[in-house]
Amino acid sequence: MTTRFFVPRDAAARAVGADKVAIALREEAGRRGIEIEIVRTGSRGLFWLEPMVEVETPAGRIAFGPVAARDVPGLLAGGLPIGLRHPLCLGRPEDIPFLKRQTRITFARCGVVDPLSLADWRAQGGGRGLDRARSLGPAKTLAEVTRSGLRGRGGAGFPTGIKWQTVADASADRKYIVCNADEGDSGTFADRMLLEGDPFALIEGMAIAGFAVGAAKGFVYIRSEYPDAIRIFGRAVHLAEGDGLLGAGAGFDIEVRVGAGAYVCGEETALLESIEGRRGQVRAKPPLPAHRGLFGRPTIINNLVSLTTVPWILAEGAEAYASFGMGRSRGTMPIQLAGNIRQGGLFEAAFGVTLGELVDEIGGGTRSGRPVRAVQVGGPLGAYFPRALFDTPFDYEAFTARDGLIGHGGIVVFDDTVDMARQARFAMEFCAIESCGKCTPCRIGSTRGVETIDKIIRGERSAANLELVEDLCQTMKFGSLCALGGFTPYPVMSAIRHFPEDFLRSPVNVAAQ
Amino acid sequence: MSSRWNEAEATEIVRRHDVREGALLPILHDLQAAFGYVPEPAIPFLAHALNITRAEVHGVVSFYHDFRREPAGRHVLKLCRAEACQSMDGEALARRLLDRFVLDWGGTTPDGRVTIEATYCLGLCASAPSAMLDGEPMARLNDESIDEIAREVSR
Repeated sequence: MTTRFFVPRDAAARAVGADKVAIALREEAGRRGIEIEIVRTGSRGLFWLEPMVEVETPAGRIAFGPVAARDVPGLLAGGLPIGLRHPLCLGRPEDIPFLKRQTRITFARCGVVDPLSLADWRAQGGGRGLDRARSLGPAKTLAEVTRSGLRGRGGAGFPTGIKWQTVADASADRKYIVCNADEGDSGTFADRMLLEGDPFALIEGMAIAGFAVGAAKGFVYIRSEYPDAIRIFGRAVHLAEGDGLLGAGAGFDIEVRVGAGAYVCGEETALLESIEGRRGQVRAKPPLPAHRGLFGRPTIINNLVSLTTVPWILAEGAEAYASFGMGRSRGTMPIQLAGNIRQGGLFEAAFGVTLGELVDEIGGGTRSGRPVRAVQVGGPLGAYFPRALFDTPFDYEAFTARDGLIGHGGIVVFDDTVDMARQARFAMEFCAIESCGKCTPCRIGSTRGVETIDKIIRGERSAANLELVEDLCQTMKFGSLCALGGFTPYPVMSAIRHFPEDFLRSPVNVAAQ
Repeated sequence: MSSRWNEAEATEIVRRHDVREGALLPILHDLQAAFGYVPEPAIPFLAHALNITRAEVHGVVSFYHDFRREPAGRHVLKLCRAEACQSMDGEALARRLLDRFVLDWGGTTPDGRVTIEATYCLGLCASAPSAMLDGEPMARLNDESIDEIAREVSR
């Protein structure tokens, strides 16, 4: 009898040797005359346990990890089934606390199925959302999305249903669905995991969006830093066309476009410019993309996680989705625990879990074993929070109230060796490197910011220069055209406010270092 | 991958994309895949082929970090410099790697063996610090990885 082994093909698993493990498994099984089949899945998102290998047993799947290629002969030494007493045995993956505490909606299939098997996808509920949308008709489909309370998972948190309604109400010869998969925020990998682990879910979500608003063409803009995702998603589109899920019969097509290393293209209007073949420069709004977007046509531009969540909402109903969460943040959020963290990975949970629970309990503190000093939430444009704010619940409004943002859900943990003045400097430097150059506060302000923080780090007139940085941040915040210049003040000002001791350097101190 | 400009090959690349709207980026990606960089003659060639100005083509090529104006080394190592990798001492590791090859960011070794570039996030942030060598992801890097990378690029 053939035993199925599941080895992730997710880039983060490959980066720590998953391919070598798969090869070793095949070779070792061959040597021992054991019949096995290796299924390459996405990742479950428990990255400290990758490569995590799962084996099918009559009692369900059993996980082992982290498995190195050199562990493989030992794993198969006793034949099959592998003993549960093996030191790398993790038991049933669903029982691992990190996974058990989650509410997996958007990521339900990720790490479970073969991402390029339409049969797997259908067997695990794929396609039910699109079927229900077709039976409801466009208007009721749209109403379902609106009632679910889904908000943009890219960071802005704009209600998805309202955006869709605007496009549905617009009349035009053509409309477009654009998926923003330009996931540039450090500390985030949710889009990448879905592209590599459940690509048909995105295709289904976009097809539903197209059906709801009357669009026949979609674009998925994937950043070039994700070659695995580009490859797998491209294959998935090809398979979906062959299957009839996409193409003339389905009334919807998808084209993949690849970015070229510009962070600012994650901003929706810069992304549209980039697809049109131009410099990724931000457009002034209005007009909104919903009125005049890609090639001047009404366009839904949504984050990948938002679109990939839509099939579940249609399949299970708006109320089911809205029953999760708190306040105006309904449903679940894929939170990404990253940086200096012991148990880093993807944690999908209903809104409301606190920052402290996420970092200390679920993440298990730092990987270095030193105390946590700061966490940056929401990418390079997100605020740094000290431990004193660890009671903040994961919720759009709660983070705004504390001068932060949840962004795309990334949390980067730093231990007590971090120098917050350097982190503030980096925020300005990153903005200077990535500014599209269209507006002055962002283009010039970020460079002046780097220079001024350099003076503070050198201990030159710290107090006066801090005042100058604060003034500069005000200008950038209120004068920039988009979130790059407008939100760079978040990491800078939060570092100054919460960690003032790192900024008040006397020239003597600097000399002593 | 040759680094010599070849107009016939470029013409074929443009033709492959002629059903696409706004195809300049896909064309540039393909040109770079074919030639290893975007050679200077590509600018007037694309301006003519797509009926846009040279300034527009130049503007796009120079805007995006990915497009090279010079050939890269035989191996390209991208090291992540973003926050998640910073939190795991990625900067110090990057410094040691650059020193090992006597390079600065963006530089190529005199023997053309390797180019080391900065990148801002590879989406491997829970396994920092991370890098990409010739498109292959690497994570949880440490001092041993420096030797491993040195061995890889010596091949």
